[in-house]
Amino acid sequence: MPTTTLLWLLPVFPLVAFGLIVLFANRNRALSHTLALGAAFLSWSGAMAIFVWALNVGPEELAKHPVHSVVNWLPVGDTFLKIGVMLDPLTAVVLFFVAWTIFMIFLYSIGYHNYGQPEGDHDQPGLPPHGATVIDEHGHKHKVPSIEPMYSRFFAYVALFAFGMYTLVVSDNLLTLFVGWEIMGLCSYLLIGFWFAKPSARAAGIKAFMTTRVGDVFMLLGIGLLYFATGTLSFTDIFNPKVLHALGSAPSGVLGLSVAGLIGILLFIGTVGKSAQWPLHVWLPDAMEGPTPVSAMIHAATMVSAGVYMVIRMFPLLKVGTENSAFFPPLAVMAFIGAFTALFAATIAVAQNDIKRVLAYSTISQLGYMVAALGAGSYVAASFHLVTHAFFKALLFLGSGSVIHGMEHGVLHTGEHLDPQDMFNMGGLAKKMPITFWTFVIGGFALSGFPVLTAGFWSKDEILSSSFFGGHPVVFWTLAIAALFTAFYTMRQITLTFLGEPRTPAAEHAQETPWTMTVPLMVLAFFALTFGWTGIPEHFPIIGGILPTWFQEWVGATYKFIPGIFEEHVGHSLLPLYTSLTVSLGGLFLGWWVYKDIKSSDPATDPLKKWLGPFHTLLQNKYYFDEIYDLFLVKPAYWFAETFTFKWLDRGIIDGILHFAARATYDTGRFLAYAVDLPIVSGTGDLIGNIVRTFGRAFRVVQTGKVQDYMVAVMTSVVAFGALVYYLLVVVH
Amino acid sequence: MTAMQIVFLITAVVTLFAAFRTVTTPNLIHAALWLILALAGVAVFYALLNANFFAVIQVVVYIGAIAILMVFAIMLTRREMRDRGKQTSGRWWWAAILGAVFFAGVTWMIEAVALPSQPTAAVPASSIADLGKALVNPNGYVIPFEVASVLLLAALIGAVFVAWTRHNS
Amino acid sequence: MIPLNWYLIVAAALFSIGLYGVLSRKNAVAILMGVELMLNAVNINLLTFWRYRAPTTTAGMAFSVIVFAVAAAEVSVGLALFIAVYRRFKTIVTDEIDLMKW
Repeated sequence: MPTTTLLWLLPVFPLVAFGLIVLFANRNRALSHTLALGAAFLSWSGAMAIFVWALNVGPEELAKHPVHSVVNWLPVGDTFLKIGVMLDPLTAVVLFFVAWTIFMIFLYSIGYHNYGQPEGDHDQPGLPPHGATVIDEHGHKHKVPSIEPMYSRFFAYVALFAFGMYTLVVSDNLLTLFVGWEIMGLCSYLLIGFWFAKPSARAAGIKAFMTTRVGDVFMLLGIGLLYFATGTLSFTDIFNPKVLHALGSAPSGVLGLSVAGLIGILLFIGTVGKSAQWPLHVWLPDAMEGPTPVSAMIHAATMVSAGVYMVIRMFPLLKVGTENSAFFPPLAVMAFIGAFTALFAATIAVAQNDIKRVLAYSTISQLGYMVAALGAGSYVAASFHLVTHAFFKALLFLGSGSVIHGMEHGVLHTGEHLDPQDMFNMGGLAKKMPITFWTFVIGGFALSGFPVLTAGFWSKDEILSSSFFGGHPVVFWTLAIAALFTAFYTMRQITLTFLGEPRTPAAEHAQETPWTMTVPLMVLAFFALTFGWTGIPEHFPIIGGILPTWFQEWVGATYKFIPGIFEEHVGHSLLPLYTSLTVSLGGLFLGWWVYKDIKSSDPATDPLKKWLGPFHTLLQNKYYFDEIYDLFLVKPAYWFAETFTFKWLDRGIIDGILHFAARATYDTGRFLAYAVDLPIVSGTGDLIGNIVRTFGRAFRVVQTGKVQDYMVAVMTSVVAFGALVYYLLVVVH
Repeated sequence: MTAMQIVFLITAVVTLFAAFRTVTTPNLIHAALWLILALAGVAVFYALLNANFFAVIQVVVYIGAIAILMVFAIMLTRREMRDRGKQTSGRWWWAAILGAVFFAGVTWMIEAVALPSQPTAAVPASSIADLGKALVNPNGYVIPFEVASVLLLAALIGAVFVAWTRHNS
Repeated sequence: MIPLNWYLIVAAALFSIGLYGVLSRKNAVAILMGVELMLNAVNINLLTFWRYRAPTTTAGMAFSVIVFAVAAAEVSVGLALFIAVYRRFKTIVTDEIDLMKW
């Protein structure tokens, strides 16, 4: 099968699964997950086949002559807007991790939603399942986890989501990318608000959609401006050196930016929304309301990665835009926002007690790393971290889902009413859930950048060294401090959850999750360990140079042939390496040491509370950003909608016009009826009748009934007429 | 003024006076008697007109049958049909005016036309016989004659039928 | 001889008197008498014109004979009708028979 056909088919498999599940397989749970998993498997095998084929072709060849296939879609004047697929080295690498993570997450979802368990006692569609009572052979009643009531719907939504992501990854122009982008936005709304009967989930879904929408509006402006300036949206056409130069030198008139700079800023705002950078980060922690596979998929592996992928893809344009722009060169903006977000989110994460919230802020922070790396000019480092982050963050989310599952099992067993997601209610789960424990540790160490063994170390080191040697010391130090916090809160999380003794009876009765959930954990852990070894830089002491720097060559080749884009930042100082070793090992140790003796399940016993005091409250409340946005943005929006447009405009003016028209019609009708119709029309009729009657009354006196009177009348007439005739005939003649 | 004219005038006066009394007297029997006198005067006129046959017919039919019939009817029904109150209705004056105007008009019309005062010829001796022949002549007046017969028959039957009292119906 | 117009004037006078009687008398029999006077006046007219204009023909005479017959028939039927009317309305005064009044 030709590569282009396979590229076109990759998004089609999940789309077909979505259609089939929605139309036909909704009632049959086994068929739904088979369709979805089958589609994920087919897309995975297609992606693997393409990856192997691309390996054979080689990065330079593929970068110079990317595989293309384009179709005309919407007629616009004389030309068409096009949909197309493309394969270049960046696409191949991204396809690799997207295919693996999607496939693993689909498999995980089967177990997460308790396939094979009985239906719940009081379960309703729209609420999370609450458990079913079963009676075993001794007559004892047990509560066991129950199957999700909206099982098939979930698989339909994630299949649609997979379609959106694959479309975005294989797209060859900004329009197709935007299509996939928006589909994922829709699915994130549907999936975050999956348990729609919970008000918090509904609100979170709307918040996610609205916040990313803000970013999407600017991105669309950027796309429009790009199309207006160049007449094309295809990547290969835009990254033509002549086009880039023209865009870079034309002034846009806005803030002293060149056209390329303005487009870059606008597109980057889309990423700020989609990848939850400050200030549009507020949706991602609330998005933890969705089921955990959703969190893994959206917020680790795919959707937020899409934001970073888009700016990586548009890097040549951003670089050109930076060169000639005065106040807000895109790359500088990105470096600032990325670094700020990384530190900002990491500080919030240390004060969170919900296991998923910690990971949410961690995601925001790590995405800040990637954005900062791009801002520092190294798209290779950003891509590297993108791939490794996808693996270990998905692993961590799925692991946390496994932990929550085990805790819920314990909650059902003991009948306690506690939050199974609060880390202070856990403890000692390492013995109860070993596979989850070890895979979580691998993921956590990768996140912290544990040296050599984990993939996160290599990618983080790449970012730090490229920012250091690229001449961005502020970025370097900010990211280093953020790395310290990262390691700290990660080890805090692991210690509170798995180490020590169980702090509640529910944690005592937790148990390991089925194979459908643990196998994906193991597969992802494998990649979290090994993937970093594809990108060991040559200058690394001792082991550098043993394995080829496959990743850097591979991804670097993508834009190597565009002059002025690819810069190698290498240096000979070991400062970045030592810094990263220190912060990662030091942070891990501190995190373990502070929390190893927590015995009570009361979150107020958090030692950080004592040390930081009111500052801790500030961190725990996320610097009150949600409250600020609510006061200055959400409430005015509600006022505008409810009072201004609804009450005043719609009900007052528009309905007022309607009511006035109705009353006017009614009054006119009444007037016409009583003042015109009744007197004039009816009156005339009555008048005519009355005249006739009056005349009749007047004339009927002639009818006396007496024959003689009639005879008198006859004779009178005869005499009169006779005289008249005689006069006329005889006398006049 | 010839003798005929004098006779004529006297007859005219009598007839007209009798007619006048017929229509003005309140008493019905008197009116009937005056009518008989008027009819007799008319018979004299017929005689003056050399219509001898008609003079006799007038006496026989009108006086002898019609007037007597009226007298019989009046006398036989006097008790039931006795007249009470005034005999002339309120409109008598208008009727008088009408009659006068009519008379005046007709008289004026008569005078306006130049009429010969002499008959054109003498009455043939066989005028009655001619009348008889004409009445049964198919090319003559047989049809009016027969129709008049039927009329009389119908009147006979009809009168009986209309006035028949149904005591046991 | 007697001028034609004398006869005509006498007939006209008789007719007018009869007309007056028909129009002004209340009793039905009196009205019938008036009618008889009018018929006689007509007959006088007919015979006058016959005598003075076409005495050799029989048209005038035949006409007059028919008038005689009709007058006789009419009187008899009329009286019978009056009896029937009296039975119904208990009166013979024409002013009181006004069923056709409005």
